[in-house]
Amino acid sequence: MKITVNGESQVTQASNLQELVKRLGYGESKIAAAFNGSFVPHSQYINTLLSEGDDIEIVAPMQGG
Amino acid sequence: MAKQLTNKQALRYNRQILLPNFDLDRQEILLNARALMIGVGGLGCACAQYLVASGVGSLTLVDDDNVDLSNLQRQVLHTEDTVGMNKCLSAKASLNKINSDCNITTIDHRMSRDEFLVEANNHDIIIDCTDNLATRNLVNEVSIKSNTPLVSGAAIRMEGQVSSFIPGKENACYECLSQRFGEQTLSCVESGILSPVVGIIGSMQALEAVKILTSLGDNLSSQLLLFDALSTEWNKFTISKNLQCKACS
Repeated sequence: MKITVNGESQVTQASNLQELVKRLGYGESKIAAAFNGSFVPHSQYINTLLSEGDDIEIVAPMQGG
Repeated sequence: MAKQLTNKQALRYNRQILLPNFDLDRQEILLNARALMIGVGGLGCACAQYLVASGVGSLTLVDDDNVDLSNLQRQVLHTEDTVGMNKCLSAKASLNKINSDCNITTIDHRMSRDEFLVEANNHDIIIDCTDNLATRNLVNEVSIKSNTPLVSGAAIRMEGQVSSFIPGKENACYECLSQRFGEQTLSCVESGILSPVVGIIGSMQALEAVKILTSLGDNLSSQLLLFDALSTEWNKFTISKNLQCKACS
């Protein structure tokens, strides 16, 4: 199915957010994922099912000042 | 007793008072407002100059670091003459020139948790302009304990983020977001930062602070505003409150 990751359209076989994050090569502990505009707790990644047109943003931690 | 605007101050802040939603009332709220700024680096310098210029009555600057030559590229209140000086004192000298009306206090050492809590209780808003997770989590904890709103900013490389955390049952806190990341060690020292990026984020923090202090419009409570300087894009995300959060639940 076709989804958007960080503003770019891509095709994925992943059925949930946990699978997607894994396939994208991100270690779960170092990023936060926003699903259609809302951050999802890590524990809910597996229950967050993907469907056509979903918008996922992978956000890296930022602490610089 | 609350201070009232003098005629000279009403003239000085005229362009703000002209705003239909702002008026004399909100300018007077700013005059009586006390802001506590943690960190006077890139974010702090950008933010402080707007707070002071816009008429915030009292500002406390906290930083134990000294100005380094490599700071001058983005920390705009520090100057060639103040290299080696404590950052609060250096910034205070510049801020006094912008607005001598503002009462600026400096704290040039790392505060203990207790001292920090006392300071927070004496202020109306905390502005987090620090550069590491441990301090950010402490600032968040103190914000919750003292029931003081917190405006948080961060910038690195070509990206920045801004968020506000208003202590309350329904609202997310900084740790509701940061616990999703875990510790990371990248700082501007290792990763670099493009000068205007940190200025933009610091200015957004000043805007948030003025709006929260004067209850003007909507703020970024329980939201994260992300700025991607490379593509020039802003994105806003919802941060839901974590009901298992160690800091706020």
